Amino acid sequence: MKFKDRINIDLLIYVAIIVVSVIVLVFLDMNKFEYNYAISIIEKSLVYAVVALSMNIVTGFTGLFSLGQAGFMALGAYTTAILTIPANVRPNVYYMNGILPALENAVVPIPVALILGGIVAAVFASLIGIPVLRLKSDYLAIATLGFSEIIRAVIASPMMDKITNGSYGLKSIPGFKSSLECFVYSLILIIIMILIINSSTGRDFKAIREDEIAARSVGINIFKTKELSFVVSSFFTGIGGGLLAMFMRSIDSKTFSITLTYDILLIVVLGGIGSITGSIVGAFFVTAGKEILRFFDEPFAIGGVEIPLFRPGFRMVIFSILLMVVVLFFRKGLLGGRELSFNDFIIRKKNEKLKNVGKGGKA
Amino acid sequence: MNGMQFLQHALTGISVGGCYALIAIGYTLVYGILRLINFAHGDIFMIAGYFMIFSFAVLPFPIAIIVTLVLTTLLGIGIEKVAYSPLRNAPRMSVMISAIGVSYLLQNLATYLFTAIPQPYPEIPGLKLRIEIGNISTSFVTLITPIITILIVVGLLYLVNKTKMGMAMRAVSRDYEAASLMGIKLNQTISFTFAIGSLLAAVGSILYFTDRSTVFPYSGSLPGLKCFVAAVFGGIGSIPGALLGGFFIGICETIIKAIGLSTFSDAFTFIVLIVMLLIKPTGLFGEKNIDKV
Repeated sequence: MKFKDRINIDLLIYVAIIVVSVIVLVFLDMNKFEYNYAISIIEKSLVYAVVALSMNIVTGFTGLFSLGQAGFMALGAYTTAILTIPANVRPNVYYMNGILPALENAVVPIPVALILGGIVAAVFASLIGIPVLRLKSDYLAIATLGFSEIIRAVIASPMMDKITNGSYGLKSIPGFKSSLECFVYSLILIIIMILIINSSTGRDFKAIREDEIAARSVGINIFKTKELSFVVSSFFTGIGGGLLAMFMRSIDSKTFSITLTYDILLIVVLGGIGSITGSIVGAFFVTAGKEILRFFDEPFAIGGVEIPLFRPGFRMVIFSILLMVVVLFFRKGLLGGRELSFNDFIIRKKNEKLKNVGKGGKA
Repeated sequence: MNGMQFLQHALTGISVGGCYALIAIGYTLVYGILRLINFAHGDIFMIAGYFMIFSFAVLPFPIAIIVTLVLTTLLGIGIEKVAYSPLRNAPRMSVMISAIGVSYLLQNLATYLFTAIPQPYPEIPGLKLRIEIGNISTSFVTLITPIITILIVVGLLYLVNKTKMGMAMRAVSRDYEAASLMGIKLNQTISFTFAIGSLLAAVGSILYFTDRSTVFPYSGSLPGLKCFVAAVFGGIGSIPGALLGGFFIGICETIIKAIGLSTFSDAFTFIVLIVMLLIKPTGLFGEKNIDKV
């Protein structure tokens, strides 16, 4: 009975949010020129939500602290870009070194390119995972970070010039035709990830996070499950990277430096490690916050007196301090492993009422 | 590459390696005690560069150097007190995220305060002197770096092995609960460890940036990671190991750059890390049978 209630109310709210979002996005798309800025913030938030949630699968739900996100995003982004840049502009993009003849006309539809990007990232992850996943916590973090840097170095290397255009990067990547398109892609990915997290496989992930030995004793194959989590996460990270490439329209190897991983980690930590809604809300909160706080970077005067604090870089300082405050005082992030759920809220209220009644009866 | 060129590059490599070794010792000491990769260590090194720039601008150089060393040491102790000590009983992931947070904060703070434009590093009189030995031309700082590094390491080994504070450090790194039961002041020992680590980072920073001539907010992040790799290579927790690791990474990196593969010089460091973790996770001189990896 309770279970049914939960599904009904929360599902209703989610559907309502989606419907409202679609209406708002259609409205924004119709007035594209007026709301250009808002659209770009929304698209960026959606892409980051996908990537943050995929990082949360491995970090939050399986308890493996992986810092390789930027590398897998790079793989997905480059695959998507190479396969979607229109064939007629390719000579312009690869003007320095030419393009590999096999790739000259290799153009596939965008969804196919995105999925291929995810697959490339997943294949690499499965190879990297075999040695790396034997390592524990901080060694795993630094090893994945190392792989991410290696991927970046290989992409930028002169040997890859004819494929990745080396250090010149790729441009003229077809972007989103409308913000609705970006929304649909992100929504599908997020729903699939939520289904995975709530499936029996997802429960295996959580079992490993809580207690590896206990998980093994109930028959979970630790290594296989870790590998699966890592590969699944990287698959979605790769697609997220492809979406990022479409959002940015031009990429180079510097886009995917360690800073990008830290930005995503910031979202995951602020939203709550191991919270689905936390990652999504966190992505919007951080991305929109960074834009809204832009006025901190501009000179600001109260009553003609210029406040010296306000100059470029101030908002990033604020974000760093915010991160530190969350880490130190709200160790589990804003949502702390819980989900934003209207139904839980009602149940909690009900329980409180029952408790009070019980107390009253005793007295 | 002929013999002379090789010697020239090897000399540069040893010099860079000396700086790496000094930073790697900071990682090794902190990891030995807290089991924490101090992601902020590279940024402490970068901030030390800025301390030098600003103290040099107003003070004569011997005092500026002392001021830099003192300020950096205080910064290291302060970071430990604010960001790591409240999390002493938290899961390791939280502490690590806190360390990344500090690193993020220091980088952003440096960008905010000093802008992202590389700042010229002051020339300490005498250090930039060109010296010609046969066909090899080098600067005084390149020659003096490995010597300073080795002297510091000898001093540090004495401190760790022969003094009371060193004994406390070793005890805490072996088992901090038992150590505190034996009357060792845990917080004091940890602060002391951070102080030494930061002090060495400051020395390394003076030698490193004198050679590079500029400082920018991200100039600490990659050297920081490389030095961590150096520490892992030599065996985390081992000071001679960190020294050896620093020299190894420094020399290899310089030679890779010299043979025209500079895009791979950073990646090489991480390949070393991964190979090392797979073959011998305890590093060259690491202690065995500790469940770390």
